[in-house]
Formats: sequence, structure tokens, C-alpha cells
Amino acid sequence: MSIFLDENTKVIYQGLTGSTGRYYGNLNKEYGTQVVAGTHPKKAGTDVDGIPIYASVAEAAEATGATATCIFIPAAGVQGAVLEAAAAGMELVVCITEGVPAQDEAYFYNKLKAEYPGTRLLGPNCPGLISPGKANVGITAGHIAKPGGPVGIVSRSGTLTYQALYELQQKDIGVTTCVGIGGDPVPGTSFIDCLEAFEADPDTKAVMMIGEIGGSAEEEAAEYIKNHMTKPISSYIAGVTAPPGKKMGHAGAIVSGGKGTASAKMEALEDAGVRVGQNPTEAGELMADIVAGL
Amino acid sequence: MDLLEYQGKQFFATYGIPVSDGEATSDVEEAVAIADRVGYPVVVKAQVHTGGRGKAGGVKLAENADEAREHASNILGLDIKGHIVNIIWVEHASDIAEEYYASFTLDRSAKKHLGMLSAEGGVEIETVAEENPDAIAKIHINPVDGLSEAQCRAWVEAANLNPQATEGAIDILMKLYTAYVEGDADLCEINPLILKPTGEVHALDAKVSLDSNAIYEHPEYAQYDATQPRDDRETAAHEKGLQYVGLDGSVGVIANGAGLAMSTLDVVNQVGGSPANFLDIGGGANADVMAGALEVINDDQNVKAIFINIFGGITRGEEVANGIIEAMSRVKLDSPIVIRLDGTNAEEGRAILKPHLSDRLMMEDTMLSAAAKAVELAGK
Repeated sequence: MSIFLDENTKVIYQGLTGSTGRYYGNLNKEYGTQVVAGTHPKKAGTDVDGIPIYASVAEAAEATGATATCIFIPAAGVQGAVLEAAAAGMELVVCITEGVPAQDEAYFYNKLKAEYPGTRLLGPNCPGLISPGKANVGITAGHIAKPGGPVGIVSRSGTLTYQALYELQQKDIGVTTCVGIGGDPVPGTSFIDCLEAFEADPDTKAVMMIGEIGGSAEEEAAEYIKNHMTKPISSYIAGVTAPPGKKMGHAGAIVSGGKGTASAKMEALEDAGVRVGQNPTEAGELMADIVAGL
Repeated sequence: MDLLEYQGKQFFATYGIPVSDGEATSDVEEAVAIADRVGYPVVVKAQVHTGGRGKAGGVKLAENADEAREHASNILGLDIKGHIVNIIWVEHASDIAEEYYASFTLDRSAKKHLGMLSAEGGVEIETVAEENPDAIAKIHINPVDGLSEAQCRAWVEAANLNPQATEGAIDILMKLYTAYVEGDADLCEINPLILKPTGEVHALDAKVSLDSNAIYEHPEYAQYDATQPRDDRETAAHEKGLQYVGLDGSVGVIANGAGLAMSTLDVVNQVGGSPANFLDIGGGANADVMAGALEVINDDQNVKAIFINIFGGITRGEEVANGIIEAMSRVKLDSPIVIRLDGTNAEEGRAILKPHLSDRLMMEDTMLSAAAKAVELAGK
């Protein structure tokens, strides 16, 4: 099995008519994802490479039975797009867009929690998720992931997610689902949400978790792992040598006031029984070792 | 995007928060004119992006024009922890009865806004948090609901300020919350928030950090770009639109993706080297971006070797390899390059690089071996 996404998930692409949305919409479709519709308020009735465009998510869902959307809309429109998808009853909303203001993220995160608890938001500023061999929603290169299992991946960083998939593929290890939660200050889906889903998924036997400096999401995940996870985990945290107070590209990757350092996160994870690698390759090797022992 | 104190005060003033009358300048005589206008005594304050200004002699009280001139002249050009003072702020000095602390920021863990208020102001809030956490009254605010005046009142009462300050503090905090939300700030901090002997509450300092992702909603924020603390390398990179942070080492680093770039710094350190920079060129890795990145790194006198670490996802290895070759033909480099190319079509990409390999362009199979090679070259 996989988590959050499989071959039966029908997905609407908000922003399919834009160049990025069209490019990845088509790639995802080629991979096998059920890309059933796009939306654009003024282009209803047209199509993008054969994929029909509807005026709204609600209309697209009504017509196609879709339960998920993927957002490729510029940052200024993201809040509206997320709330529209949630109001239309989407179970999964994957927001790829980067550069969304943190105040907007905090607003729609809490709005969803209060009014649309049935909607899972992934992102913003994330690569999306892939259940290898079944479906791929977002910008991950599908061919670097080996289908099957037994490993589930959850990651805060885009390229390191790909690196992790690739390390496992090189070792001939399959992946049930790989979830990129994104590095922004208020991610819709947390490490803990994914860990919980992987713990419940019978096909996932082990989890690889990739974090980075800033915030306290890894420390919270460590606490959860200690109390709730029975499956073995390997991990890597990027940014051991990042200087304090400097933004490292991501909104999330900043250390301030001695909090959120890589070493504090690594310690917390090790304390929770996680096997922590010093670099992505080592984390991959640790996972190979874990898988060999399953 | 961190604002200087005077920018923060002007930002606060637009939301009706009382700040001291003052002006910023880079000129000594103009500073005296400002002092004459706002009335003595005045405070002359260095405007730099670092703490510890007072200890470094960057904050001085002047009773008259001669003193104002002397302080302005001494402070302009002063080096405070590597930051040269180009701007000073001259304001009318305030009488202080009590000093408080107030701020709003995002609590990433609670995913709500966090307001902090303390009767123990004027010192680092981290110190108060450590030594006397009960002295900080905290309030979590759901962004959907906002901050009501009743909540604000209860919060102010919990902070045990002087009762004289209650109404003034509520007024300022409500305005500060509006400034924080409408201004798309990451942080709005007043330390100290003062109670004057006359009973008024007043923002004596301003620490504001704005969310650079929200610039499209606030075109006026472009003015703050000019005063961001950047060294020459960072300025050059910023002009090219690169995600670059200058560091002190000798291995220039280019990687795609923030996570991989951070990871590359880590690996360089692990093998005993020291990175000269963080540089994320994003997903594309085309020749233009690569050439710009190489130019910035080549201009860094400390760089002795360059480590290019690319993982091809959607971007294919051959595109990356062609981009590198093309960029190298455009930029005359002083340092040798070590490349690690992995991911999608890595084999094809490596095949393209192979005929170009020399003692100026080397290729390694893994991140670790490439880092080791680059560090070895940098050490020679």
C-alpha cells in the first residue's frame, strides 16, 4: 500500500494552463497519475493536451469525481486556491508553489483545521509526493524511485528527497510513498502526520526521514517516534555547519537564538532510537542495513 | 528582511504607534540640525544590523549641539562587529520610568501567532526566558480570529505592568498586531517599550523583520533592499538573482536545491575543509545561471577550489553537463573545479564532461569523494 496517494486518486491541477503546471501535469500523467482536469476561471470548456479545463475546483470535481488537487499557481493566488480546493471537499491538496508569505500560510492552515478538517494540505513550497509505480503528484522525477516497498520517505528538502529516492534505488530498495512536506514555516502536513500514516501502512516496514535546520519539527517528530513508532527509522539532517542567523535559501532553513540546530535535532532523533547518518549517503546505507535486517 | 531601527520606527509610525521624534542621516551637520529641531537632550544612535551598539560606543546622549556634532562625527564610520556605520538616527531623548518588552512573531510549532509581553524589558528576551520564564506573559493568536481587545487586555494584565501603563500598552499592542499582520512581518519587537514618568507608553526601540516572500503585496519594501547587510560577494550574487550566503572558507560551493547545498557544506566540513559560501542555483542548472554562479565564486579571493554538486531530478544530466561546459567557456577561472553529477541521466552527463577533464576540471563519483578532492585542492 501507499499513503495519501495511489493509482486510483483522481487529481485536478489548479494552474494547468500555465507553463509550469502544463509541464508537470503532463509528466505526472505520463507517469500514470490520473490527471483528470485543470481549472481556470475564464477557460472552462477548453483543454490542455486533452485534459479538460473547468471554471472551478467544485465544477471539476463534480464532473470527474476527483478528490485531490495539485496547485501550480503563483504565490499571490495560493491562499485563494487552497481555500477553494478545501471548500470543494478535496481530501488532498498539494501545493508546489514557493514564495508564499508565511502569514498567508498560517491563515489557511488554521482555516483548514477549523473549517475543513477533512482536507490534507501538503506544502506549500514542496516537491509533492510520489507513490512509486502508482502515481506521482508534483515535481519529483518519477524514474529515480523504485516501486514497491518496504521504505516510506518523508522529507523537508526537495533535492535531498530526490537524493534519498536515488540512494535507495541504487541499493535496489523500493519505496511505498515518498512525501516532500516542504521547508516553509507552516507546512500543511508535518513529519508527524507522515510518520503516523507510515506506522499504519502495512507495506511500509521502515521510514527514512530527512530534515534540516530551523524550527522544531524534527524535535517534535523525535518525541512522537519515541512514544508511537514501532518501525525502524533512519535519518539525516542538513545544515550542521550553517552559520546562525543566516537564511539558507529556504524560509525554514535558519537557526536563531541557538534553537533548531542540526546537532540538537540529531541528538533528539538518536535519543528516540533513530539511526542518524552524517550525510545523505550514510543515511541511505543505514536504511539498507535496516532493510537487510527486516 | 531585517529593518534598521529607524526604518522599523517609521514602519511603526505608519500604524500609529508612538515613537520618538527623530530622523536618519549620514551627515554630521544634518545630524546637528535634526537635534536642534527635535530638541535636546537627544540620542544619537548607530544604524547597523547587529546588536551591542551601546557597548561599542554607537549610542550616545547629547545635551547640546556641540555634543551632538561630536557624537555624530564619532559614530559615523564606526566599525561595530564588522558593520560600518553609514547611517545614524537622531531622536529626542525620552524620560523613562519603566522598561517593558513586547513582540509578535510566528510560533512555528503551534502554527499560531505568538505575542510576548514582559515587565522586564531592556534586556535580551532570551535571557529573561531562561532565567525567569514566568516574567513573560504569552498569548497565542489564531490568525483566522485575530486579536480582540478583550484578549489583549487580559494578556496585559497577566504581564503585571505598572497599572498606569495598561491602557497605553493595550493601544500599542493592538496597533503592533495590525502592523505585524498587515505588514507581513516575521517579527515586530519593541524592546524597550517604555512607560514615561508622565504616564505615556512609547516604543523606544524597533526591531522589525519583514517576510521577503510578501514583497509583491508591499512594493514599498523595495526601499529596504538597499540597506540589507551584504558583503561584496553577496551583493554581486543578489544582483544575479542567486541564493548565496558568504562564508569564510576556501572551497567554493555550487549545488542545486537549498537542502543539497546545505548538505554540501556539511560534507566539505566533514572531510576537513571549510566552505567559502552557500549557493543554491535551483533546479534548472542552465549555462547562464552556472556562469553567474562561477563568476561570483571566482571573484572571492579566498576560494582555492570549486565544488559543483548537482543532482539531476527533472533536469537531465546532459543538460547539466552542457551548462557547465558552456559556463566554463565564458568565465576565466582561477581555481580548479571538482564536479559530482548524479541522478537522472548521470551517465550521459558524465560522458559529455569526460573529454573536458583535466587538472582544472575533475570529476568524482560521490559527494564525499568529490568533497575530499576539492578540499585537497584547496589546501595546496
